[in-house]
Amino acid sequence: MLVFVVRRLGTMVLTMVVVSILLFLVLEINVEGVAVKVLGPYSSEEQRNLWLDRNGYFDPLHERYVRWLGNALVGDFGDSVRFRVPVSQVLWPRLGNTGILALATMMVVIPLSLGLGVLAGMREGSKLDRSISITSIVTTSVPEFASAVLISAVFVFWLGILPGTSSMTDGFSIVQLILPVMVLVLYDFGYVTRMTRASMAEVMTTHYIRTAVLKGLPYKTVIVRHALRNALIAPFTVIMLQINWLLSGVIVVEFFFAYKGFGALLLEASLNQDIFLIEACAMVAVFVAVGTQMLADVGYTYLNPRIRFA
Amino acid sequence: MATHGTDTDGPILECRNLSLSYFTRAGEIPAVVDFNLTLGPGESVGLVGESGCGKSTVALGIMRYMGHNGGIVGGQVIYKGTDLATLGEEEIRQLRGNEISMVYQEPMASLNPSMTLGKQLMEVPLYHEQVSEREAYDRAHSILGDVKIPDPERVMTSYPHQVSGGQQQRVVIAMALLSNPSLLLLDEPTTALDVTVEAGIIELIRELSGKFNTSMIYISHNLGLILATCDRVNVMYSGVVVEEGSVGEVFDHMRHPYTKGLFSAIPLPGADKTTHPLVPIRGQLPLPHERPPGCYFGPRCDFFQAGRCDQTTTLGTIEMFSVEGEAGHQVRCLRWDDIDWEAYQPEGLAGETLERGKEVLAVKDMRKYYELRDNSIAAMITGKRVRYIKANESISFKAHECETVAIVGESGCGKSTFAKVLMGLETATAGEVIFNGQDIANLPVQKRSPEQIGSMQMVFQNPFDTLNPSHSVGAQLARVIRKFGVESDKHKVEQRVMELLDLVKLPRDFARRRPRQLSGGQKQRVGIARAFAGNPAMVVADEPVSALDVSVQAAVTGLLMDIQRTYRTTLLFISHDLSLVRYLADRVVVMYLGSIMEQGATDEVFAPPYHPYTEALLSAVPIADTSIEKKRIILEGSLPSVLDPPKGCPFNTRCPRHRGTICETERPPQVEFSSGHVIACHIPRDELEAMEPVIIQVKKDRPAAQ
Amino acid sequence: MTDQALDTPRREPAILRALKSIALMRESVVGMIGFALVLFWVLVAIFADFLAPYLPNAQDVTMIYAAPGSVASNGGTYLLGADDLGRDILSRIIHGARRVLTYAPLATFCAYLVGVPMGLAAGYRRGWIDDVLSFIANIILSFPVLVLYVIVISTFGASAVNIVIAVTFASAPGIFRIVRGLTLDLRTREYVFAAETRGESPWYIMLVEILPNARGPLIVDVCLRVGYVIITIGVLGFLGLGLPPPDPDWGGMINETRSMAMIFPWMAVFPCIAISSLVLGFNLLADGLREVSLRD
Repeated sequence: MLVFVVRRLGTMVLTMVVVSILLFLVLEINVEGVAVKVLGPYSSEEQRNLWLDRNGYFDPLHERYVRWLGNALVGDFGDSVRFRVPVSQVLWPRLGNTGILALATMMVVIPLSLGLGVLAGMREGSKLDRSISITSIVTTSVPEFASAVLISAVFVFWLGILPGTSSMTDGFSIVQLILPVMVLVLYDFGYVTRMTRASMAEVMTTHYIRTAVLKGLPYKTVIVRHALRNALIAPFTVIMLQINWLLSGVIVVEFFFAYKGFGALLLEASLNQDIFLIEACAMVAVFVAVGTQMLADVGYTYLNPRIRFA
Repeated sequence: MATHGTDTDGPILECRNLSLSYFTRAGEIPAVVDFNLTLGPGESVGLVGESGCGKSTVALGIMRYMGHNGGIVGGQVIYKGTDLATLGEEEIRQLRGNEISMVYQEPMASLNPSMTLGKQLMEVPLYHEQVSEREAYDRAHSILGDVKIPDPERVMTSYPHQVSGGQQQRVVIAMALLSNPSLLLLDEPTTALDVTVEAGIIELIRELSGKFNTSMIYISHNLGLILATCDRVNVMYSGVVVEEGSVGEVFDHMRHPYTKGLFSAIPLPGADKTTHPLVPIRGQLPLPHERPPGCYFGPRCDFFQAGRCDQTTTLGTIEMFSVEGEAGHQVRCLRWDDIDWEAYQPEGLAGETLERGKEVLAVKDMRKYYELRDNSIAAMITGKRVRYIKANESISFKAHECETVAIVGESGCGKSTFAKVLMGLETATAGEVIFNGQDIANLPVQKRSPEQIGSMQMVFQNPFDTLNPSHSVGAQLARVIRKFGVESDKHKVEQRVMELLDLVKLPRDFARRRPRQLSGGQKQRVGIARAFAGNPAMVVADEPVSALDVSVQAAVTGLLMDIQRTYRTTLLFISHDLSLVRYLADRVVVMYLGSIMEQGATDEVFAPPYHPYTEALLSAVPIADTSIEKKRIILEGSLPSVLDPPKGCPFNTRCPRHRGTICETERPPQVEFSSGHVIACHIPRDELEAMEPVIIQVKKDRPAAQ
Repeated sequence: MTDQALDTPRREPAILRALKSIALMRESVVGMIGFALVLFWVLVAIFADFLAPYLPNAQDVTMIYAAPGSVASNGGTYLLGADDLGRDILSRIIHGARRVLTYAPLATFCAYLVGVPMGLAAGYRRGWIDDVLSFIANIILSFPVLVLYVIVISTFGASAVNIVIAVTFASAPGIFRIVRGLTLDLRTREYVFAAETRGESPWYIMLVEILPNARGPLIVDVCLRVGYVIITIGVLGFLGLGLPPPDPDWGGMINETRSMAMIFPWMAVFPCIAISSLVLGFNLLADGLREVSLRD
């Protein structure tokens, strides 16, 4: 088990390194381009060369990379072109805001989708199962931006009971969090529900469930003691990987509702070619994604005695 | 311990005119029709039949567990005087696992993978008798002793995958017996296990049914196992019981043509490929919704009378008749009384013995080791990072033209690795494999010429994936013909495909069919046709009939031998079924954990002197013949892992004739008893020669099965 | 595939067989609804020129922000209203269907072209090929998809070609994984073993013996994936990184009108309904196909 965790950590570090190299190459191999992005299109040739020289851009590529990586490791990604402050000053508060959004979403998604998935999977083919399944297909078919528009049309335009933007200019407000969370939940819960349902339905057809029933255990005990434990191993992984998906979702939702979070920041940085901010955002996103993936793998192994005691 | 026991005077279980159906999109599918059974206290009754005959459905019907699309459509199941249909969910739950319990086919799948075995066992007393945790633990612990598990403490805290298949099944049996049930249903409890492990489980079942005085229903496709475990037997065919009676009556004086057919199709000791060949049952099992009117066996029966056997009745099929003078012997045949069994001599595919020809294959000291890299920290420290799996160790034997050589052994004995080396999918680590004068031990298939490849082909085990479901039968055969360079012209290829279909006695229009339109036996015939496409000198048949029903087995085996005679092919027959091997092989090679234990002519291997492993194997094979008595040898322990084979003699950990340290330290010598009969054992020659036969024929008067 | 002479007499044309499998879907109500939705949009896309009452980019200043059902000065009706430039929303949606139904299947096809051979090779050959390809796939998949799209497209520019390339790049690893998994299972079949023992080449085994037997799950995956790519193109358009204007693109239509969406919601609501219904069609179709394929 320990060996496994160490090995997964190794893979994670390796992945991060490869990603950072790719990212560095894509964004910084063209030195001239970097200068244009930082100093703006109207800067003179002279200005650019001066800036490049001062920042060590005429050094060999691998030296630049190592220096860049070293700085990145201690949290120094350089200055944001647009905000004119060190990247970390912009990044961390934004990340915190997105954390709140993601946490709120997960707190709704996990109980909702596990509950519905188990209910549907318990009796495969029943009316309840069919309606839960179809509902989850329908909600995953509506892209986040579409549900944002449709939900806003209802709650903001028609009913007028909720605010259409979540910029939180007057401090944190729960009310402003409702619509973004609703949109994210709507798109995400369907997938987890279907995975849970599939896992539960599969477990219900296994021979060991038959053994448990024919052992004379009460139905509730069969479900709780025998089915759930095995059926929830797969959804655990799915939920952990859902955090990765959520990082995509927040870009759309934060953009739509003008929520000051990480996703909006990344988009803004990309649209403005704010190069160092893009790098920082990308590294953070990949770190979160790879990290959750590792937790998912390790957790899966831990939950599964067949692997744990192999 | 609860004693539901045997306090009732009446029968434990009665099934009266029971009919069970499944309801699918296509409509009602009658799985079982008009099933009757009376089971007294302590009695054991067998349900025997081929796949799809409804025998497992009966068990699930008794348990009232047929899923949401199945159920009882007629008749009653009466348990100790109570009609189970009148019970509510809660009442039936209290019966399950408490009064009636069940043992299943796949022990691994039947146990919850994420719960320790101890917890799974303890649930039974905890939920049925509301005992304390402590008492539940003690009860579980002591029952593990009853099922002969050597270290109950360890097993209690283990997860299912941590114990061997045989032990898993013992745990399932223990779980079934924990509440001392009155009725035990066993659904093919040993089918997934190796034959020596099976023997141990059968022994255990016999012992426990005596000790606990439990009534048993034993479900199996194997007549030999029924003989070993049951007092009475029901023979089922296509959803109905066709014959019922005591084991003696049904096995020795069967009245139904189907029962007769079954016994003629299985290789009993009296059968012989030249004088008493096996007789297959023609045709195939009808699908449940395509059953013929009247007698379901009619279209396949040699005694079928049009206008009599095919009359539709209110029952859907014909009724049971009692055999006069034999109480309890019933038969579902209109003509049971007027068939002259003496005059009935069905013809099998017989053929004269052919002289074996020149040497085709010579394997000399062949070894195949696999490297296994161990990446654990412990291995890194000790430096033992590479370990070897000795899949084949010093294999030496010969095969001649027109000869059938059988390689016998249980799982992990190295038969499949050996086949891979022969076919060139793996190369040997050392030694020679001389085929038609050329050493092919290190010649991978890519480097072999089309003629070389075509002259050695293989017939595979599993009919369900031996053919590619995406391509037509004809296209698959044509590909092989082209590939081996037999023909290339379009018309000639087509002609050859037709010839091959003729060869395996399939209609020519099968060329256009897809594999899913074929039955298991038909697919296996196409597999044989494919192997013979390149006029092979040698065919390796890897368990070619083990997945088929017995009546089909006989036909496919007969066909294989027939083609062999025509083409004078060498047949290398890989099998675990000793009865079948005795029937068709000329020479036998017995393998255990990668090494050859014994080899010789078939008669020599099946008679003393034996290797102790051969002796145990022979003893373990169930034989469906009441005139046979076997010496009982039950092997202790389970098969060692190939990753960690025992030192010295590979068999020393389980050998009942263990000789002390020499067996654990030195590889046994090859002792030659007669020309070609070699035993690898430390036991002195004279002691081996003094061994008694394992299989003894007791009643000489009984005619051998035909 | 192997021998035409024997296969042809019974083999029906591909179209007939496709129709037959659709006929099988009759048993799945959900699948039929999905099929109908997809068919509807495909027909709309094909006959866009006949169906659209106006040219998609035609502007009418008098009709700016016109509400659904408004009648223009020349007598034409703007059934779904008009946008900020006075363009007919219905016409733009109809032409947008053509655009999305061109690029989404194209991008999916390209992703399959890359993912399938790699998945086959990794699953069948295993060893270092598998290790390397799986590692690469894991790296790409470790990126949150949209983060990847946003960075790549903002760096290289938003054009149709770049979108197709980006989608291929981001989807191929997923296809790789599915094909690899199916191959790992199918390679243990005895017919594959039989092909090996007669010395068939690895690519013959992968393409003729393995791939045709993986088609069931792959067809389901194609439907799901096309649906997902439609969402992706829509999201990119919504974020302003999509297919270049002025030609209509459903995501882009919402982006262009977003600022006024809460005052004149029809500008955004109708494209949203369009994209959702098309994706729903593909998802329901996939569900139906899965249900039917599990049945036999």
